[in-house]
Amino acid sequence: MNLSLRVLAVATAVLIGVGFALVFFYVPNEADQGFIQKIFYLHVPLAVIALGGFVLAGIHAIRHLRTGDPVHDARAYVSIHTSVIFGVAVLITGAIWAKASWGRWWVWDEPTLVSFLIVFLLYATYYPLRYAIPDRERQGRYASVFAITAGAFVPLNFMAVRAAESLVHPRTFATADGGLTGKMWLTFLVCFAGMAALWWTLVRFELTAKRTSGQISRLRRALDGTAPAGGVAARIAPGATR
Amino acid sequence: MIALLAETPALPLDEAGEYVAAAYIVFVVLLVIYVGLMAAKLARISRDLEELATLAESKQQAASNEQREKVAS
Repeated sequence: MNLSLRVLAVATAVLIGVGFALVFFYVPNEADQGFIQKIFYLHVPLAVIALGGFVLAGIHAIRHLRTGDPVHDARAYVSIHTSVIFGVAVLITGAIWAKASWGRWWVWDEPTLVSFLIVFLLYATYYPLRYAIPDRERQGRYASVFAITAGAFVPLNFMAVRAAESLVHPRTFATADGGLTGKMWLTFLVCFAGMAALWWTLVRFELTAKRTSGQISRLRRALDGTAPAGGVAARIAPGATR
Repeated sequence: MIALLAETPALPLDEAGEYVAAAYIVFVVLLVIYVGLMAAKLARISRDLEELATLAESKQQAASNEQREKVAS
């Protein structure tokens, strides 16, 4: 583990620890929802970071198509991979919040929930699409095209949901009839920074692991002249050595 | 820690508190699972490195034996 990753991991632990402490011991209960609103400080940062990660993957994919450098393909893959994991947490915590607030685990006529599920399922198809293509170069290219298209869909989807003006899903950032107080904003921002740091740490960790696996494969080839058994790194970014 | 908890408002362990606790526990469990998977990956990388080190040493040994035989002949 290099120094920057170690610093990042420590910063992540501190930020998440402080954020959760603020949630439970500092920020007051929200007037309308009460104690249950505390899920907001976990659920919303996770969702925003997951969606941001999908968009970032699209940017890496654009770089991959422009340069042909497999490092960008690996970054896009890891960004999507990490965001999908965050997406699982968003869906589970969202369902718990829905059950507590509305008495149901899922509400099909709520655009925010359904649109996030659509985005999640869209990205869940990334893996079968990717590994259905045996040729590595084509695999990377097609995966990049997918990441760009789906990445463009994310902000469009967000705007469409906002335009739908649902009356069911709580608009915590809305300012027309209130919104967050100063303490709530502070807590939210610390939690958001913690989740962003966590996402970045996991991405860096995965990339470092893949890079190391790739270097081991190269060493093995150089030492005994045989093809590697093939780890994920070899399948995704065989040339990713930076 | 106990003094801190005594000073802070108690967490309501009614129905709302249980849902909030469940949400945060889910997050922690997912994180622990992920860290466990990464630890397994690191262990595999470590094993591969050990294997490579052994392979490199045996190659080096074979090369030096070969050289010694050449010198002897």
